[in-house]
This record gives sequence, structure tokens and C-alpha cells, in this order.
Amino acid sequence: MSDQRLFIAALLDPDAPCPAGLTAWNGSDPARRFAVYRNNVVVSLIDALADTFPVTLELVGEEFFRAMAGVFIRAAPPSSVLLAEYGAGFPAFIERFEPTRSVPYLADVARLELLRVRAFHAADADPVTPGQVARVLADPERLPALRATCHPSLGVLCSRYAIVSLWAAHQGIGDLAHVDPAVPETALVVRTGLEVQVLSLPPGGDVLVRGLASGLPLGDATARAASVHADFDLTASFALLLRYSALCSLS
Amino acid sequence: MTIQTPFEPSARGVPIIESADRLPLRAGIGLKPEHFAEILATEPDLGFFEIHAENYLVAGGPFHHHLRRIRDRYPLSIHGVGLSIGAEGPLDIAHLNRLAALLDRYQPQSFSEHLAWSTHGGAFFNDLLPLPYDPITLTRVCDHIDQTQERLRRRILLENPATYVEFAASTMDEAPFITEIVRRTGCGLLLDVNNAYVSGVNHRRDPQTYIAALPLAEVGEIHLAGFAEDRDAAGAPLLIDTHGAAIAAAVWELYAFALNRLGPTPTLIERDNDIPPLPTLLAEAQCAERWIGYARRDRLEASA
Repeated sequence: MSDQRLFIAALLDPDAPCPAGLTAWNGSDPARRFAVYRNNVVVSLIDALADTFPVTLELVGEEFFRAMAGVFIRAAPPSSVLLAEYGAGFPAFIERFEPTRSVPYLADVARLELLRVRAFHAADADPVTPGQVARVLADPERLPALRATCHPSLGVLCSRYAIVSLWAAHQGIGDLAHVDPAVPETALVVRTGLEVQVLSLPPGGDVLVRGLASGLPLGDATARAASVHADFDLTASFALLLRYSALCSLS
Repeated sequence: MTIQTPFEPSARGVPIIESADRLPLRAGIGLKPEHFAEILATEPDLGFFEIHAENYLVAGGPFHHHLRRIRDRYPLSIHGVGLSIGAEGPLDIAHLNRLAALLDRYQPQSFSEHLAWSTHGGAFFNDLLPLPYDPITLTRVCDHIDQTQERLRRRILLENPATYVEFAASTMDEAPFITEIVRRTGCGLLLDVNNAYVSGVNHRRDPQTYIAALPLAEVGEIHLAGFAEDRDAAGAPLLIDTHGAAIAAAVWELYAFALNRLGPTPTLIERDNDIPPLPTLLAEAQCAERWIGYARRDRLEASA
């Protein structure tokens, strides 16, 4: 094994001995000095995950989160130097992590937070203007043939849990005590200007968005949404997309 | 490729050169997202800002929005923390290409990286890991710097490290090792005075002697930062380069020593953890500017 491979192996395993060949001027045990690197790596990566998943952290508490994140980091160190991308596998890890069984919605809240970070750094694109919207709405007969492109920041997450309400309660919006986690919610995440929005999509809204994003015309995407949710309300979903700059072109 | 540059020892009385394509001979601070709005609203009188390249290798959004506006008003230094110049494996070409695109986009006055490694086998460890100072490492580091300078089409500054261990395999001291890198590759030096102090304490070597042994004529920028104090297994002081505290008095003293040798030099107040309010960093920058002012006066008097 190469020297750096040995160094890394010892870095990630707290029980591994310090790599051979390290010295200190006073002949002291280099393991104590090597521990500084071990600590820097693990603590900085845990901090990076804590930055990406602040509500996940609040839901389980700092101590639990940091212990869980430490296990994840040792199993899956970053594969990119871009730390904004680190943690893509964290929600799936949480789902399999036995001690979180009592918080079944934790993984989906983490997925929502991952969508927020992606939306924050996603490419810029100009949303449709009010004038373009007015022109489109002035000619209702052409609406079914309308195609839209979604903003690069847009993400949708369907959950069996009340992820939007849970997330909002941790922003001081609403009272956590009044949130029933077992109510399914669908989140729409999009960057409006410089602000990332986390919104609750009405039933079927996710099917509409997926349809539009895959290039379906509005009429077909609406029919698909209505086939999944009998009470699908096109106006409510479409208005939400327009109000929060989630669409970049209408043609 | 090796970039040939004249290699001159530092001397008092060399003329002070300023130009728009170099960092100004002033103090700057690290740019932090928590300060974006306040910087744009108040436009503090500062020499430059420095960013970590990797934080801005994202497609769009608020980081680029604010950096574009700040770059329009201030000189910029881009500081890489993930190129892993000391790695045993080859440089990550995709990363080098991303850096090149970032430099094209923002046209910074300076680009710097570290004498360290942080990646192995496709994994990234988010720390600046230490290197043995031996001929094999020297050749590898120089090859990686040549490749970087060729791809980025510019001279880079290489930062001296803060380290906590030494290697039995080392056959050279750190200062001659760095001097040889600079001689072979033509790169410049980012003199991190805090690192010089931290490593000096950690390996019981005199930081002034260390600094004096570096190729000071090639220093393009200075870093100042704070450290934390720990102890090694024998109870000897072990300083940790945290960038999370105010600059220590001993580091200011060493800075004054370095400026006396260097003349006025662009100086960054580097703070990455426990970020204080902007005015706290501006006050440290003002303190550095006073020292730069003394160095400028001394240099002008010596050359008069």
C-alpha cells in the first residue's frame, strides 16, 4: 500500500494505529499529533453535513446527529472536493440507520434539505414574465398545447410524512406541536430570485410538474395528474408555479 | 513546462511595484456569505477579498450573484483548497478545468494553493494533509505545479503548511524544500505567517529563521490567522491552525518581522470558523494595514 493510502486508512478508523514513519521533535507518541488530522477530517465533514441538514439535526439533536454523521463519513467520505455536493447518500443512509427507526420521517426531511441546497446553487435562469403569462392566459384555447420549461432549481418530493409542515415549524412557521407527521405532503422546492422556497404542492401537483419537466404539453400533463388524483386542481398548482418563478418559458 | 523567472534575494530598497493585475499592497479579508449584504451596502475600504475556489464551483445562485458584484468593486484573490498538489495520484483534470473556468470568469489578481494533499483514490478528506520532504515528493509536487500553471496559464502562489507531525522519511527541511519548488517551477509563495508560527512551535524550530530561509523575493501574498492551543503526548505545546480565533500577538510580531524583510505585501486576514461580525475582521485588516504602512515608509526611506 502507498504511504498516503496507509495515512487515509488510519485517518478514517479511530481504532487503527497511527501510520508508521511519523515523528515528533521531542520523541513523544506521534499518535496524539496524528489525532489532530483525524479530528480535523471528521469534524469538518460533520460540520459540512450539519450545514446541509440543519432541520434533520434539530429533529434528532446535535449529539445524535454528529454521531450518526460520523458513521456515515467513515463509510462514505466525499467523492468530490465540492462539499456543496456532499451528503447525497445521507438520506438513504439515515433510512437504513437502525437508531433512527423512531423518527420515520427523518430521511425524507433530509431529502428535502438536500433539494434546498441543490436549489440554492442551481444554475440561473430567467423566469417567465407577467407579460408572457398574461399573453398565454388571454388565449385559453391554446393552453392545452402549451409547453413549459422548469427552472433549474426546481425539485419535487412526495412523502408519506408532513415534511413541509415539519420543515416550516423548524423555521418558526407554525407550531411543531400541531404538526401531525403522519399526514402525507408533497414539497415543491424552487429558488425564487435568491431565496429558496419550500412549498406544499396540492395533490397531483407533483404529477403535473413531472409531466411538464419531461416535455409533455400542459393538456397531457393535466390529464395525467387528474388520472392519479381525481380532485386535481390545475389552477392551484399552475398559479403556485408561476408565482414562485418555477417556470422559465411557455411556448 | 517550467516557467523561468529571475530569482533574486529580497533586499531593502527594491522599488515598490503596484499594478492593476496584482493584488494591491494592502490588507484584505476572506469573503464569507454571512457578510455579502453588509459588504455591498457599506463598501468597506479594503484592499481585496479572497474566496475559497471550491465554494464557488457551483452553477449559479446567490454565491455568484454576490461575488460578481463584489468583484466589480474590489480586487480578488482565489485560494484553492482542494487541488491536492501533494497527492501521490495524478491531479484531477476535471477539477483543474473547473478552476480554469472560475479564473476566466472572475479574473482574480492572484491564485494560490497549498503544499499539501487532501484526496486519495477519488475520495476527498477536506483537510490539508502533510508531506515528507524527500526527492520523490519534490519531483511529484513540482510536476503537479508545472501542470497547474500550464493549464491555468498563470503563475500560482504556493502556501507553506501548518503541520502537526514530521516524517522519518524527510531528507530536507521545509524551507529548502519550498525554495527548491519555487526555483524549479517558477511559482510564487504565499507566506502564511500563522502557519510558520504554528509549525515553528509544533516542531520546535525558530519561525524567524524559517521565514528568513524562504525565497522571500517570490512572496506575492501573506496570510494571517488565529490558532488553538493543545498539547502533545509529552505535554509540549501543539498549536492547531483553526482559522477560528483572533490573530495572536506572537503572530503579529512575526508578521512585522516578515514585512521588514519583504516590504509592503498584500495581506489576508483569514477566518473560516466562528466567523465574527464584519467590523471585527475589518479592525484586524486595519491593524495589518498599519504594519504595511510602516513597511512602505521604511522601504521608501531606504530607497530615497
